[in-house]
Amino acid sequence: MRIVHNLSKDKLASLSLIIAVAIILVGICAPVFAPHDPNEVNMKLRYAGPSWEYLLGNDHLGRSVLSRLIYGIRPSMLWVLVALGISVGIGSVAGFIAGYFKGKADTVIMRLCDVMLSFPGYVMTLAVVGILGAGLTNIMIAFVVMKWAWFARVIRTSVMQYSEMDYVKFAQACGISHFKIITKHIIPVTLSDIAVIASGSMCSMILQISGLSFLGLGIQAPNAEWGMMLNEARGVMFTRPELMLAPGLAIVIVVSAFNFLADGLQVALDPQLRTSSKKLRTNEVEKSTYEYAGG
Amino acid sequence: MGLYMVKKLILSIPLLFVISFLTFILINLSPMDPAEVVLRAQEVPQITEELIAQTREALGLNKPFLNQYTDWLLACLQLDFGDSYVTGESVWSLIGPAFLNTLKLTLVSSAAIIVLSIVLGVNCALREGTLVDQSIRGMSFLLTALPSYWLASIMIWYFSVKLDLLPTSGMESYASYILPVTVISVGYIGIYFRNVRSSMLNQLNEDYVLYGRASGLSEKKITLHILRNSLQVAVSIFCMSIPIILGSTVVIENVFAWPGLGRLSVKSILSRDFPIIQAYVLILAVAFVLFNTVSDIINAALNPKLRKEF
Repeated sequence: MRIVHNLSKDKLASLSLIIAVAIILVGICAPVFAPHDPNEVNMKLRYAGPSWEYLLGNDHLGRSVLSRLIYGIRPSMLWVLVALGISVGIGSVAGFIAGYFKGKADTVIMRLCDVMLSFPGYVMTLAVVGILGAGLTNIMIAFVVMKWAWFARVIRTSVMQYSEMDYVKFAQACGISHFKIITKHIIPVTLSDIAVIASGSMCSMILQISGLSFLGLGIQAPNAEWGMMLNEARGVMFTRPELMLAPGLAIVIVVSAFNFLADGLQVALDPQLRTSSKKLRTNEVEKSTYEYAGG
Repeated sequence: MGLYMVKKLILSIPLLFVISFLTFILINLSPMDPAEVVLRAQEVPQITEELIAQTREALGLNKPFLNQYTDWLLACLQLDFGDSYVTGESVWSLIGPAFLNTLKLTLVSSAAIIVLSIVLGVNCALREGTLVDQSIRGMSFLLTALPSYWLASIMIWYFSVKLDLLPTSGMESYASYILPVTVISVGYIGIYFRNVRSSMLNQLNEDYVLYGRASGLSEKKITLHILRNSLQVAVSIFCMSIPIILGSTVVIENVFAWPGLGRLSVKSILSRDFPIIQAYVLILAVAFVLFNTVSDIINAALNPKLRKEF
């Protein structure tokens, strides 16, 4: 609960958290919030401007832009969260095995990670989508295949650092089982590192999934997705540029929220960062290095 | 130093083998039989069992798995990546020029990124905490959150359509570079200039800076010293950024109709042209490993401490 308390001091981060949670809730309860059926075609209302009934206007098939935006939260954010959860899960198991037990398991897992990480992120995703075919499920498979190695490596470093600590050695000397040591003594302290990298990579994943949908490789019509809405709007960009506004802004808001949240979390989980500016800087370097290497 | 270089290069060879192997088995993971894919891509009206068997024989798919791999690898080493399933042209004749176009775009963008990141990073570090520093940093956060294709579309709409200043797509003249390069650079500058800034700031607290000041060195000279040391971080990051940009121009190339790798790969994915996808993955992964190795070597040349690892 210390985390929540610290985070609440950081106004920008708490605002970001509220925005992120609110959007996720709206996405889960999409049928409640969406004023219209997102796939309801109404040719009479093609390209209609904002009105009281259709707050954000209508697209090229007369569908409600607001409803599509709300339903678009599901693939754009919720499924990304699921993919993130799975890759963090796999990455954590691998990272804990490698970092805690070390030895041969460590070598094998890390070599595997080296191989996975030697494919640039975007290329790997494209390769998997290329072989399995376009679609949301295949993009999610690609994300998991690509990201787990990344998480495993970062979590391993974090676990190694803690498993060397005296209290862990003491627990080992007392004969407490490895499983208990990991769950009671190591998971709680590494959780902070996991939270920071997870919220950081959420940003790049949201941008990538919408980018792939924009290219027509992601979710297939008529489902609503933000990148896909932008792709549809691109066709009429020269006559109706305003259709590009809503989905684009939605992506910018969500990604910024997660960006600020990642930064806020980092400080909230390690309040020393606030006081020692030097450490914050090195951390900033490390974090952005992760960001870019994560693709 | 020479020994270090040789060791690094030798170490990258097994990794290259594993990469090539993974790229090769990628195709076998496909839910569809490659022979069937070829026939579909060539729009053969009726696909019979017999026809599939014939195509399998022609493609060498009936050979033992390892034989297939070694044949493929030896061909790849001679830049023979097979023929496109759709058009029947050799993959290299399609991917070679595309790779060159993407490389041009990447190099111009990297140059823009390097220059602007250093200029912005150094200026922000020297003015730490001022309004300039904070506003540039705030902007960088916003810019990294922008979807590149959205920015690209808005820029096309504004500069090409409304103002009619720049070409919307293609790569006919030097002016065609302006929009794609701007869009690619914007996102990366947001990340890299923070790196330059942070490493500058770390150096500012070092003893040698204090000593320089104490002995009355001019601020300009001190800045140059700091710059030299802080660029080490930057160099490695920039070296690694080149293959990353090379692999992530996909979306931009499609928006600007740039005749490069990204466009070719998306086209091949949609038409299930496996040999092109395979060659694309292989070329970029190899480029990635080679650039990383080179960046390690450059780093070691700049910082002798790193050489001791071996």
